[in-house]
Amino acid sequence: MDIFSEFWVKLYNFPKGVKRRMKMNGAEILIESLKREGVKHMFGYPGGVVLGIFDHLYGDKDIQLILTRHEQGAVHAADGYARSTGKAGVVLVTSGPGATNTVTGIATASMDSIPLVVFSGQVPTMLIGNDAFQEADIVGISRPCTKYNFLVKDVNDLARIVREAFYIATSGRPGPVLIDLPKDVTAAKTEFVWPQEVKIRSYHPTLEGNKWMITQAAHLIAKSKRPVIVAGGGVILSNASRELKEFAEIADIPVIMTLMGLGAFPGTHSLSLGMPGMHGSYYANRSIQEADLLIAVGMRFDDRVTGKIDAFAPHAKIIHIDIDPTSIRKNVRVDTPIVGDAKRILAVLNKVLKEEIKEQWGEVRKAWLKQIQTWRKERPLTYTYSDEVIKPQFVVEKIFELTKGDAIISTEVGQNQMWSAQFYKFDKPRMWLTSGGLGTMGYGFPAAIGAQLAHPNKLVIDIAGDGSIQMNIQELATAVINKLPVKVAILNNRYLGMVRQWQELFFSERYSHTKLDETVPDFVKIAEAYGAVGLRATKPSEVEPVLREAFKNKKTVFMDFVVDWKEKVFPMVPAGAAIDQMLFEEHKEKTEKKLKAVK
Amino acid sequence: MRHTISLLVENKFGVLSRISGLFSGRGYNIESLSVGETIDPQMSVMTIVTSGDEQIIEQILKQLNKLIDVIKVVDMIDLDHVEREMVLIKVSPRQEDKAEVLRLTEIFRGRVVDSGPKTYTIEVTGDEKKIAALIELLKPMGIKEFIRTGKIAIAREKVKKPST
Repeated sequence: MDIFSEFWVKLYNFPKGVKRRMKMNGAEILIESLKREGVKHMFGYPGGVVLGIFDHLYGDKDIQLILTRHEQGAVHAADGYARSTGKAGVVLVTSGPGATNTVTGIATASMDSIPLVVFSGQVPTMLIGNDAFQEADIVGISRPCTKYNFLVKDVNDLARIVREAFYIATSGRPGPVLIDLPKDVTAAKTEFVWPQEVKIRSYHPTLEGNKWMITQAAHLIAKSKRPVIVAGGGVILSNASRELKEFAEIADIPVIMTLMGLGAFPGTHSLSLGMPGMHGSYYANRSIQEADLLIAVGMRFDDRVTGKIDAFAPHAKIIHIDIDPTSIRKNVRVDTPIVGDAKRILAVLNKVLKEEIKEQWGEVRKAWLKQIQTWRKERPLTYTYSDEVIKPQFVVEKIFELTKGDAIISTEVGQNQMWSAQFYKFDKPRMWLTSGGLGTMGYGFPAAIGAQLAHPNKLVIDIAGDGSIQMNIQELATAVINKLPVKVAILNNRYLGMVRQWQELFFSERYSHTKLDETVPDFVKIAEAYGAVGLRATKPSEVEPVLREAFKNKKTVFMDFVVDWKEKVFPMVPAGAAIDQMLFEEHKEKTEKKLKAVK
Repeated sequence: MRHTISLLVENKFGVLSRISGLFSGRGYNIESLSVGETIDPQMSVMTIVTSGDEQIIEQILKQLNKLIDVIKVVDMIDLDHVEREMVLIKVSPRQEDKAEVLRLTEIFRGRVVDSGPKTYTIEVTGDEKKIAALIELLKPMGIKEFIRTGKIAIAREKVKKPST
C-alpha cells in the first residue's frame, strides 16, 4: 500500500486493501460491516433475494456461515451463541417464508433480552407492497418482538444501519434487531463509509444508578433482619456475577436465582437457595414470603416467579435494580427503584456497604440463615429413586455428577427444563441456555449447536424431552455436517409431560392429545440415519454407562433415556396460588386434598 | 383518569405503527391521536389522549420513552397547557331551526364553511368542554355527521411571578 492510500484508509476508514473511492455493492458493504463488528460466525439459510449476499460469502475466510435446516433453528443457534458468549448472534435468511420462520426465534430472544442481529432479504423496493413472490412485511410482523427493526431503502444508509443495529442489540437492555434488505439495495453500489461512532438522539440507556437511591438501598439492607436477593438474567447479561457474589458475601444475604438467573451466583454456594416460583424450591419461596427485604437484581417479577401477586413477599420492602425502567413497578410495588446497569450499581452498592455502613453482619443474619436452613431440611429438593425404572431427575443428577458442573447445558421447554433447573447446579454464568420468557419448545437443540460452535472444546448438552426434540430435530444434519459434538439427552416419557402433569392434577387425568406413545420415533435410528450416534438406556443401571460413552465420543450423540412417564415436577405452585402454597411429591389423596384447599 | 400525552418523535415511516402497536399490544386505550410535523421536518409531534390508573399511565409513559424513535414524552397533566380540537359538524336543521343553528355557531365562535339546500357544515375549535357543549346543543336540530381532529396540546410559557 502506498503512502497515499494509507492516508485515505485512515481518513475515510476504508476497508483494508480497498483502494480509495472504490465502490462496493450492498452485499459487499454488508459483509465488510459485519467484519468491522467482529462477526466470525453467522447462521442462515439462502433463498432468491439473498443470493447476491450468499455469493459474496462463498469462500470468505473471515466469516463462517452455518447452514441450518430451518430458519427457526438458525435464530435459536445464534441465540445460543449469544447467550454463551455475550456477543450478538447473527442470522441471515431470505424474504417471505425465510423471514417469517425466524419470528419464533426472535420472539424467544426478545423475551429473554438476548442480543441478535437478524438480516432478512426483501423483494426489490419497487415491488414492496405488490404481494410479490416471497414477499412478507417482516418489518411489520417483527415489530412487537424486536427491540428495533430497519428497512434499508438506500444503500448509502446500509453501513450506518448495521452499526446502529449492533449497538442497539447489545447496549442497554439487550434484544434482537432485524434489518430488512431489499434485493436492489444489496445490488446497488456506493462508497463504503464506516461511521466512526453511533449517534441516536433518542436512545440513551441509563447505566449509572442514582447514588442517592443506592445509599438508601444500603441503609435498608443495614436495617434488614431477613433479607433475600433475587437475581435474574440481567445479572448475567451485564456480567455482574462477581459483584453479586461480593454483595451477597459482604452482607451475608441468601441468593435466589430465577430461571434466567441460574449461574449468576454459584449454585453450590452455601448462600444459594436455587430457583423461586412455580417449580422453585420450598426454601426459596418460603424465604421470599418471610423476608423483610427483597433485593431484586435484573429480574422482572414474572408471573411464574411471583404466583398470586397480592400474596407475594407480603412483609418485604422491595429494592429493584433494573436497566429497563418499564420493568420497575410493572408487576409489584417497589420501595427503592434503581435504574441502571446491574454491574455498576452493585459495585457502588458494595462500596457503600463496605465504606459507609461497615456493619458486621455475621451475628445479625445468624437467626435468619438458620431459619432458612431448617426449611431446607424440612423440604429439600428431592425425588424418589427407583431401581426398576429411570427417574428423569436421576439422569440430570448423573449429568451434573459426571460433568462436575463444567458443561454448557441447554434445555427444551417443559418437564425437562424444570428438572434441569432443579437438579443441575450452575456455578458459572453463560453455561445455562433455556427459553425462559417465551417457553419455546425446540429451542434447546439448535441453541446447543450455536454454543458448541462458539466453544468447540466445551461439553455442550441439550437436555430434551421426546416432544420438544421433535420440534427442531432436523438440526441433526447441521450438527453432524459441521462436526459439532453436541450431546442430546432425551428424557423420553412418551408424553408431552408438563401438559400431561397439568391434566393429571387439574383436568381429572383426561390426557387430551398429550400421549405420544407409539408415535415416538426410534431416536437411536434417527441419529444413525443422520450420521450421528444413537444410544439408549432403559434401566437405571444403564444411565451412567450411556452418559460416559456419549461424553467420550467426539460425534453428535442422541441419548434416548426411557424414563418413568408418571414422574411429575415437584414442588409445584398451582397457577394463581401464592408461592408458599406448594404441592409436593406425596400420596395422591393428599395432593388432591391440598389442591381442593388451594382452589 | 384521562391524560393528554405529547410525544416528540422521529418523522420516519413506521413510527406511528410502533406507537399504535405499543398501545394495542399492551392493551392500553387510545381515545384520540393526532400527528403533525414540527418546525424541524425531521421530527413530528403526536398528541395522544389516553386513560388509566396511575400505574397504567406510568407504564405508558415509560414504554413510550423506551421506543427508540421517541425523543421526548410529556404528560400534559403535569404542565399548565392549552388544549384544542377542531370539529366539523354537518347539521340538517328544520327550516325553523336554521336561525338557531347560525346563532349557536356565532356564540361558539364557529364558522359555516359549507352550506347546501339542506345542510350547514360548521367548523369550530375549542377545548373538550366547549365542543361537547356545542354538540349537545346542536343534537336536537339534527346532526348528520361530525368529525373531529383529535386533541392537540401545547404547554404555556412559564411566567415567573414578580417578587414583591
